Amino acid sequence: MADQGVNHGRRRFLTATTAVVGGVGGVFAAVPFVKSWQPSAQAKTAGAPVLQDISKLEPGQRLTTKWRGQPVWIIRRTPEVLAALSSLDKQLLDPDSLVNPEQQPAYAANASRAIRPEIAVIIGVCTHLGCAPSFVPEMTPQEFDGEWKGGFFCPCHGSRFDMAGRVYKNVPAPRNLRVPPYHFVDDNMIEIGVDPVAEAA
Amino acid sequence: MSNAISKIIDSGYGWFNERAPGATAWYNRHVGQYYAPKNFNIWYYFGSLAMVVFANQILTGIWLTMHYKPDALHAFDSVEYIMRDVDWGWLIRYMHSTGASLFFVVVYLHMFRGMMYGSYRKPRELVWVLGCVILLVLMGEAFFGYVLPWGQMSYWGAQVITSLFGAIPFIGESLLELIRGDYLVSDATLNRFFALHVIALPLVLAGLIYLHLMALHEVGSNNPDGIEIKKKKDINGKPLDGIPFHPYYTVKDLFGTAFFLLIAAFIVFYAPTLGGWFLEHDNFVAADSLVTPDLIKPVWYFTPYYAMLRAIPAMFGSQFPGVAVMGGAVLIFFLLPWLDRSPVRSIRYRSTFAKVMLALFVICFFWLGYCGTRHATPALTLSAQVCTVFYFAFFIFMPWWSRIGATKPEPERVTFDH
Repeated sequence: MADQGVNHGRRRFLTATTAVVGGVGGVFAAVPFVKSWQPSAQAKTAGAPVLQDISKLEPGQRLTTKWRGQPVWIIRRTPEVLAALSSLDKQLLDPDSLVNPEQQPAYAANASRAIRPEIAVIIGVCTHLGCAPSFVPEMTPQEFDGEWKGGFFCPCHGSRFDMAGRVYKNVPAPRNLRVPPYHFVDDNMIEIGVDPVAEAA
Repeated sequence: MSNAISKIIDSGYGWFNERAPGATAWYNRHVGQYYAPKNFNIWYYFGSLAMVVFANQILTGIWLTMHYKPDALHAFDSVEYIMRDVDWGWLIRYMHSTGASLFFVVVYLHMFRGMMYGSYRKPRELVWVLGCVILLVLMGEAFFGYVLPWGQMSYWGAQVITSLFGAIPFIGESLLELIRGDYLVSDATLNRFFALHVIALPLVLAGLIYLHLMALHEVGSNNPDGIEIKKKKDINGKPLDGIPFHPYYTVKDLFGTAFFLLIAAFIVFYAPTLGGWFLEHDNFVAADSLVTPDLIKPVWYFTPYYAMLRAIPAMFGSQFPGVAVMGGAVLIFFLLPWLDRSPVRSIRYRSTFAKVMLALFVICFFWLGYCGTRHATPALTLSAQVCTVFYFAFFIFMPWWSRIGATKPEPERVTFDH
């Protein structure tokens, strides 16, 4: 009775088209829900540059400031530290900053990864899983490295970096620490988040 | 008098039954006439205990949301407010935090029971797979909940775990922003984790637990002998070695629950942090996005997987291999029903070799768990690497090693001492 005059072909066609159109509608309806998870307009505007005075930073010391919510370290490196940098090249994954050029601006892609060799500016976020590595400046043997020449040790997963933020071989972190865009406003003032004007030209 | 009361109850039941006859059928199918093997031992407590803990988490969780503020500026203080100013707030919070750890205690023991007695074997694959999904969701639920107090460990734990997704090739970076809702772990992250923790995942968990039980009742429970009780039935078609779930196992589980609550109460009242194992000391310090604690580690139930993550060095310029190994270590449990080729199910009748393999697996799991709580020294990292290799070898080579060695003959009927 109910099957009388049923056009199965048309029924299948209608079922399929309803499912497809409904599916497409479902995908479009999901877009606002997924997009709402993106950083909000408020979060996007929170990335202003930061000024930092380094006049009180003694040789061997580090200070930490905040840029875009991330820790940025500024270290005044001693001549001994700078001399030790080149001796480490063989133990490092990317000593010349060639493998991952996006980890530093072009003007910091040099032996000391800095504009001025004695002043290092590094984003203190481990390239493994985002912890803030500890500052271990002592050039003495450590629990994690018997021939330690000073640098950074990530407490989360044991990654090691030298005093220029270059990553050692055979640690979980795959890349050197990032160097942010920065420039010297004057001798003792650094602006983080803005490239130098003169050097860029 | 009692006659009058029972008349009212009877007529009430009659009224209800006329309108919903399925309810009685449902009760009989899943409780009143659900025949479970009569030889369940202590290992069979943990399924019902998991449900007890789930109920505790829901109840205490609802009460905590009445005082907690999911806001990066106020979250840490609101937890301290619960602990100090809210009447009995400390008890509700400690019941919830202790419950979280005990949830994993009973779930891990529940899983180990399944591994010992081959409970995942055909025809119970679906029960096992649904259980594995529950484990995954439970891990997510535990992680999101752990972030909410917004202490140092909460913050850096969130930083590390969300970064895991950033390590996925190609889509990682944008996926990371999508998960965090910001360029770093922030207020937006905390707020959405709160939403997922208090409503989304608990709903999913409740549904999965229901499906897990329904799938179990389709095929019937396994038992320590690993033999089918349905093969020997009486003239009424009831399994000879089966007893109705109610009253036999409701009473047994009630006893187990009482004993379990005794232990839980001891922890809640006398050692709520359990020396830093259930609540970590660093999490009593408010979140600071500039300083990572000296030793960052997850809560104990994640440390075996965390140790694997740490043990794998970066390869091909990416940290993804470590992340993949950690994820794979959890996901590989799904395959267990198809990897085990032993002619018998239960450890009681399996070869000595199979027993040794299972024992080594447990030792590796514990040792990895220990490594995950310590600083990564070269010696510990090496031992974690060895254990990680064995952990995967246990599963990958199971189709071969599970057939090695002489098995003992299975009995016709379950072994049962009065």
